[in-house]
Amino acid sequence: MSATEITVDHPQRAKAFVHNDSRAHWHDQALWFVRVKRDRMAQSLPEWEQLRAKASQIKTHTISRLADYLEQFEREATKRGAVVHWAADAAEHNEIVLRLLREHGVKKVAKSKSMLTEECHLNPFLERHGIEVIDTDLGEWIVQLRHETPSHIVLPAIHIKKEEVGALFHERLGTDAGATDPKYLAEAARQKLREVFLSAEAGITGVNFAVAETGGIVVCTNEGNADLGTALPKLHIACLGLEKLIPRAADLGVFLRLLARSATGQPITSYSSHFHGPAPGGELHIVLVDNGRSNILGSDDYRRSLHCIRCGACMNTCPVYRRSGGHSYGATVPGPIGSILNPARDLQKYAKLPSACSLCASCTDVCPVKINLHEQLLTLRRDVARAGHLSRGKRFMMRSASFVFRRPRLYSALGKFGRWSLRWLPRFMIYGPWNPWGKQRDLPPPPRRSFRDEFRRRQA
Amino acid sequence: MSTKQAILDRIRKHLPQATELPALDLPAITFPDPVAQFSEVLASVGGSCLSVAEDLAQAVRTLPCFASARQIVCQVEGLPLGNKNLSEIADPHDLNDVDLAIMPGDFAVAENGAVWVSDRSVRHRAIYFLAQHLVLVVARAHVIDNLHQAYARLEFAERGYGLFISGPSKTADIEQSLVIGAHGPRSLTVLVVGGL
Amino acid sequence: MRVGLFIPCYIDQFYPDVGLATLELLERYGCEVDFPRAQTCCGQPMANTGCTNDTRPLAERFLQIFEGYEYVVCPSGSCTAMVRVHYEEYFHGDARYEALRKRVFELSEFLVDVLQVSAVQGRFPYRVGMHQSCHGLRELRLGSSSEMVGPTFNKGRQLLQSLEGIEFVTLTRPDECCGFGGTFAVNEEAVSCMMGLDRLHDHEQAGTQVLTANDMSCLMHLQGLILRQKKSIKVMHLAQILAGREVPK
Repeated sequence: MSATEITVDHPQRAKAFVHNDSRAHWHDQALWFVRVKRDRMAQSLPEWEQLRAKASQIKTHTISRLADYLEQFEREATKRGAVVHWAADAAEHNEIVLRLLREHGVKKVAKSKSMLTEECHLNPFLERHGIEVIDTDLGEWIVQLRHETPSHIVLPAIHIKKEEVGALFHERLGTDAGATDPKYLAEAARQKLREVFLSAEAGITGVNFAVAETGGIVVCTNEGNADLGTALPKLHIACLGLEKLIPRAADLGVFLRLLARSATGQPITSYSSHFHGPAPGGELHIVLVDNGRSNILGSDDYRRSLHCIRCGACMNTCPVYRRSGGHSYGATVPGPIGSILNPARDLQKYAKLPSACSLCASCTDVCPVKINLHEQLLTLRRDVARAGHLSRGKRFMMRSASFVFRRPRLYSALGKFGRWSLRWLPRFMIYGPWNPWGKQRDLPPPPRRSFRDEFRRRQA
Repeated sequence: MSTKQAILDRIRKHLPQATELPALDLPAITFPDPVAQFSEVLASVGGSCLSVAEDLAQAVRTLPCFASARQIVCQVEGLPLGNKNLSEIADPHDLNDVDLAIMPGDFAVAENGAVWVSDRSVRHRAIYFLAQHLVLVVARAHVIDNLHQAYARLEFAERGYGLFISGPSKTADIEQSLVIGAHGPRSLTVLVVGGL
Repeated sequence: MRVGLFIPCYIDQFYPDVGLATLELLERYGCEVDFPRAQTCCGQPMANTGCTNDTRPLAERFLQIFEGYEYVVCPSGSCTAMVRVHYEEYFHGDARYEALRKRVFELSEFLVDVLQVSAVQGRFPYRVGMHQSCHGLRELRLGSSSEMVGPTFNKGRQLLQSLEGIEFVTLTRPDECCGFGGTFAVNEEAVSCMMGLDRLHDHEQAGTQVLTANDMSCLMHLQGLILRQKKSIKVMHLAQILAGREVPK
């Protein structure tokens, strides 16, 4: 975001993305394919829609008793030897993590994917304090080496081509120049990251689910990096947003059946690790983070966005996300869910995101926890307008339109005039920079008579 | 006031109407032949499954990952195929040279090709990840249909570590190209033992 | 059966024949159809821009204008959804609204569910690409969406199927959004047009001769792209095909 950009300009960024036509189509196809895989998985379970309903009910219940469940989680986790910390916001979260690392003399951290730590901008904070943090999910690592942010919460490097990875690895790892074979590149990453796991002094992970009943945390990966990062060093720090809680271990049956199928079209990730307390001789610190979630909890309109299990299915299905890329949203979590979570936190900065949407509702239909995404996006547009973040031009147009539509004779007259103008005005006057519709589309051929004119004639 | 108290107070102030804890009574998929389903799903995620009726040791010896392995950890009872004793190793970093780990699995889940393993009697959980190749041995009678049944068998009253392993480690982070063997083991073989 | 015809503003002004075709169909199946002239617009463009204060008076007008009819029928999924689903926030359980919303229908669901039309007489020997307009599909459930698991059905297709000679093409993405999205078409012009062109490529590869939908707004956007690109695909609203219109030249 440029220094003068008060509001993230999604339309402008999207336009730039679309401009590279072959790349935009490549990105769109890659993500559509993930959506197709999700569909196959969903269709293979006759009980799929009931699973979604159940997951939604469990989350609704959990949110409604969140304080009790958080306290229960802390009790049970502590009983099993973990230490639980509470952070009101991103800054406090970062301070807690830094303090823990310093107390243990840690200079090098192996980190596995955590959107929460991205949200808190943990990496740059730790680096400023002299601690080396290596992201160990291959996609996150690639993005880290490029000094970028992830463009998708599950597939962070989806916007990067293998030629670009090859060039990056040649420069940073010394792989062969011009090499693009994913197997070769992934092997080079494996060797390099193994060194990281073996030399790391602490492991930081995210948390997919925190179980109140047992004080356990569940971390799902395909690479095994969360486990490698925490099975070798003695210190494991797990960071999560408050909304990741679920009541019982048995509820994991519901959520783990939905998560990977929705996210990547796999029946389950390669590893679904259940941590109850620290490893023998080790320490497990769990950091519970609020950072605005307790406020969203208070909103009847947006509370359900807290059900999100960060699967990314809404991004994969969103025709706009696929054609504009995650970076066009200017936030850690992009796509449909991001277009709710981010404006809910900072309406002005993200005022355009709820309109980066054609309201097709595909997101709502794929969401494993049945968040009413498209409805919340529409409601947010109302909030954006009420807060005065709509351009004056748009407000004027809507007020004028409403004025006209309350006066049928005026509306009829204007319609007639409009159609007449379109029939008689030369093309260069109709299509110009003042006509955004007309940039790539023709206006409809204007009929002589409106329907109401035709109806009147018919009655006569 | 502590952060914890402030957070809990803020939450309590904002809580919506409480709803009931939903019962987990939904229908869940079952299979006429769970072992066959397990095998098929495991193959689709890059792993392999073999049924072993009699000689487990022989079955292991014929695996390609065994033939090429020099450092082997084996914790399956009655299977003396290891040359590195996990319990005698103090530092999990020393497991870096393990080529093959042969470990017992508690049960297997047909719907997703997953095997439940834990750190019970396993000194270093890192073994599941540092070994270049992993073999898990599961009793045929312990192959179940779905994850709900799995959680009916699991309990987490004590401190501990357990996980579902479904297939070898993998990544598709480079242009969505699937690469098997990312960070964790390069292969996963599940041996289902016991009479039919 | 007294039906109040609810004609979206853009159909009234730009696609009057869609309104006429709708009228003819309803009369063919025995309805007494009236068009209350006081109607203008349901307010969807204002609501979608978040200007609910500008929408409210239009919602109230709508209620007054259409209160007296046994049924209100509209050849647009999105406008019907506006009234049946999104007017809720302006009326909050008001008895008049609750009574009205039960009687407001999109055309294809009205024909299938209320008039119980099982077969439509007529011939349409063309390869037809059905575009699934999003509001009708996912808000009114006029058909099953590809995202969900369950029985497949589609009311518009059901009606078209009975026409003699009709052939349906197979799309690679059967219900992806066309990119119109109301003000989205202008606010996010680049993505909107890319979406529309992608839909057209899908139809072209599938061999579509006539592209149809139950929402003229989608078709207006797609037709705009077709005309600019000088493509040969013809566009017709579902009502026009069912009413027996010839394919436009």
